[in-house]
Amino acid sequence: MTKPINYVIALAILGVLATLSVILPIYMDDLVYRVLMLSGIAVIMAVSLNLINGFTGQFSIGHAGFQAVGAYVGAALTVYGHNDIFGHLPKDGQIGTGWMSLAVGAGPMLASMLAGGLAAALIGYIVGLPSLRLRGDYLAIVTLGFGEIIRVIVENNDSVGGPRGFSGNLDIGVSVPAITNFFWVFGVAIVVILFARNLRFSISGLQYLAVREDEVAAQAVGIDTTRTKVNAFVIGSFFAGVGGSLFAHYEQTILISSFNFVRSFDFVTIVVLGGLGSVTGSIISALVLTALPEILRSSLGAQFNQYRLVSYALLLIVMMLVRPQGIFGRGELSFAKLRNKFKKPATQ
Amino acid sequence: MSIALHLNNLDVSYGAIQALRGVDVTVNQGEIVTLIGANGAGKSTLLRAASGMVRARSGRVEFLGEDISRLSIASIVSRGLIHCPEGRRIFANMTVKENLELGAYLRTDKQGISDDYERALTYFPRLRERLAQSAGTLSGGEQQMLAIGRSLMSRPKLLMLDEPSLGLAPILVQEIFRIIVTINAESGTSILLVEQNANQALAVANRAYVLETGTITLSGNAADLKSNPEVQKAYLGHG
Ligand SMILES: Nc1ncnc2c1ncn2[C@@H]1O[C@H](COP(=O)(O)OP(=O)(O)O)[C@@H](O)[C@H]1O
Ligand SMILES: [Mg+2]
Repeated sequence: MTKPINYVIALAILGVLATLSVILPIYMDDLVYRVLMLSGIAVIMAVSLNLINGFTGQFSIGHAGFQAVGAYVGAALTVYGHNDIFGHLPKDGQIGTGWMSLAVGAGPMLASMLAGGLAAALIGYIVGLPSLRLRGDYLAIVTLGFGEIIRVIVENNDSVGGPRGFSGNLDIGVSVPAITNFFWVFGVAIVVILFARNLRFSISGLQYLAVREDEVAAQAVGIDTTRTKVNAFVIGSFFAGVGGSLFAHYEQTILISSFNFVRSFDFVTIVVLGGLGSVTGSIISALVLTALPEILRSSLGAQFNQYRLVSYALLLIVMMLVRPQGIFGRGELSFAKLRNKFKKPATQ
Repeated sequence: MSIALHLNNLDVSYGAIQALRGVDVTVNQGEIVTLIGANGAGKSTLLRAASGMVRARSGRVEFLGEDISRLSIASIVSRGLIHCPEGRRIFANMTVKENLELGAYLRTDKQGISDDYERALTYFPRLRERLAQSAGTLSGGEQQMLAIGRSLMSRPKLLMLDEPSLGLAPILVQEIFRIIVTINAESGTSILLVEQNANQALAVANRAYVLETGTITLSGNAADLKSNPEVQKAYLGHG
């Protein structure tokens, strides 16, 4: 698996990501760049939710809650850890966009993503273990309630801004640093995608699909179904937390209301539309459903917001009627398949 | 003869419904034992209790002399007590090959796994032609073969089959029974066979138990039970 060529490819990808990370903010239109970044984060959120809802067939409707945990824990770390650990960052958090900014932001970004991801994973474990033991829709109910609990905790906690939102701490004069860039968003997106695809196609990953396909049969071959579900839930929550940290350090101001049930519902919509279990579907669906509203908002103005939820619901209903398995079903887009498609007519 | 499986005074309930009361069943090593009974008698429950999928309220389950009543399902599988559940529970969106590979989920002996893979495909040559096909596209009979093949991939010492012939065309029923006998004869795998098709089951089994509303009402030599007037009347359609 770890052939030298793989290291070369990995290094090349990192090089390309870093270069784009420096170039894009300079040459790309601000709105387009913003849409690109938000889409990348949405891909991370969608693919990680797909690990839970698509691969193991559970039903979490609180993914934004785990993103919130990652966002607040991650941002609290860079703000309150500024004096002791990240003193090299400017207090206003503006690290610029050149090559140097990549190096300056790398340490705090990694630490923040890790802290946010681990916090979300830990809470995922605590919430997931009891509800995944039981069959049925307990997970949906519990994840729904969990989002509310997070909201109440944050709103009553002044150190993370309470209901006013969190953008730093006035007393110590430190802002949430702008350390999220193209490199990290798409680097993490690639990691999540590779992870999910590896799960989908490896034998050890088959246990996740087995649990979705038929729990009794999965038990009969010796799969610990509860543990499998909890694993998927914890891993999915981890990446949601990482996505939260990326989001916080991109926006630099986070409001608990941006992680409410509506946001969770957005992620569920993305995953269902793309196809439960299809990584390709989640990616494309995340890109389209993030870019489209942004574009419509900028052309139609604020009035679009009123119709967004309605149009999502309509989209879902139409989808259920026309193509209940999602755009991609459980299938994947791969170059090998495409090649076969083009070959077939020639051989007949 | 040494005992493979021994169910000792087993009581099983689903909430308020008592499904098994004081059940005693023994399967000796190398034997084919069949369990017959009407719909709802508790046959599937008995297999579930043995494989740990439901827990007995009281009584013991012993496998190869060890009390397995409190073990996890996975530990029971790894000891070689394999349950092939009723209703062809295959992984429909996976390929035939992936289904078979999952049968060896708990095993690490690569050579043994590939031997058993070959053996399963020898028993079920139709599956070999369909390895890359998704399992949901198989016919009912092929799905049942896949379910049994997958159980074989777990290298059972005792294989418990829950109504393998249910809903199959007569010609396929014959084939499934023939293969069950072959598996038993060639590898000495003990078999506990649950069937509504009592005629066929009694023809291939060494011994048999009759289960009625959660209690064992008759047991003995399969040939004797086959000629028992009560059994003939209730389960063999004579009379
Ligand atoms: N999961 C369950 N929950 C509640 N009752 C059940 C369940 N499974 C089976 N039963 C009941 O237990 C009894 C035995 O069922 P079962 O073992 O499936 O019988 P059989 O396999 O002989 O048809 C029946 O009365 C059935 O209704
Ligand atoms: Mg049954």
